[in-house]
Amino acid sequence: MSGLLRSNVTRAALRRGLATEVGQQAPRLKTFKIYRWSPDKPAEKPRLQEFQVDLNKCGPMVLDALLKIKDEQDGTLTLRRSCREGICGSCAMNIGGRNTLACLCKIDPDTSKESKIYPLPHMYVIKDLVPDLTQFYKQYKSVQPYLQRTSVPADGKENLQSIADRKKLDGLYECILCACCSTSCPSYWWNQEQYLGPAVLMQAYRWLIDSRDQASKMRKEMLQNSMSLYRCHTIMNCTRTCPKGLNPGLAIQEIKRSMALE
Amino acid sequence: MVKRLSGLQRDVLQMYRQCIRQAHKKPEANRPNFIGYIRTEFGKHRNLPRKDFSTIEHLLRVGHRRLENFSAAEVKDIH
Repeated sequence: MSGLLRSNVTRAALRRGLATEVGQQAPRLKTFKIYRWSPDKPAEKPRLQEFQVDLNKCGPMVLDALLKIKDEQDGTLTLRRSCREGICGSCAMNIGGRNTLACLCKIDPDTSKESKIYPLPHMYVIKDLVPDLTQFYKQYKSVQPYLQRTSVPADGKENLQSIADRKKLDGLYECILCACCSTSCPSYWWNQEQYLGPAVLMQAYRWLIDSRDQASKMRKEMLQNSMSLYRCHTIMNCTRTCPKGLNPGLAIQEIKRSMALE
Repeated sequence: MVKRLSGLQRDVLQMYRQCIRQAHKKPEANRPNFIGYIRTEFGKHRNLPRKDFSTIEHLLRVGHRRLENFSAAEVKDIH
């Protein structure tokens, strides 16, 4: 009797196990068109390669799809990625005509439309989706993004800051330098050599208004020319595209105002 | 009559000249290694069509970056 009962119980458990299993679903095949170019064959022109991914067997973000393609279909697909949660800024690319982080961009569930993925626009391409950001980093270095002081704090330990002063840095320090905003700015496209671009200018502003920094005069002098700052024509593509929801356009405007008021 | 060169051709020749000049700043014993390396790297793309501007520009960019790396004083030899 008890044996019969036990077998019934196990059968029920088995049935419950079956109930949680995913039933056979029709595959939802989504087409991705991805920019391909390899430096090993420099004479070959860049092309768009099509890949099909079943959305039922794939994570929700574009980065998941890209990694799935790289794992299962074409190992030569090249992209930068690291944290997969929007904090490192490695996977910045142009998805569906918009600069964003692949790890923060949901796949459009409409399978009738194809999704186009390009590297960041107007940057030299190293391979496939990897742009050359050397110039961008050089510009970042040129604004000297570190604390500069002539005096030492009174207690010899920390540079203290009031809560109100700290609040001024909110919305600026979160920038992860993914270069989405700079590469979406037409002014930056045409004057990459001289114009610093929204991302770098926002960091310049971040150090300008930091109450602990004492080099703001020198920082302002560096920006006092027609190219590095004043190529911003408030197009505001930067604010529109920022995957972290920051406002580089406003920051640039604030620099301009503080320099005009001097 | 000297052949007139296009801007891009001049860029390439200038680049080659810069490379060779940098090679002459290296220790004398290793100089042939550098010069041999430069010559093979340029030779690899000897048959590139003259009108393939985008490829040539790309190779020039790559070359400049590599020149910058190798012209550092710490680089003494190349294989």
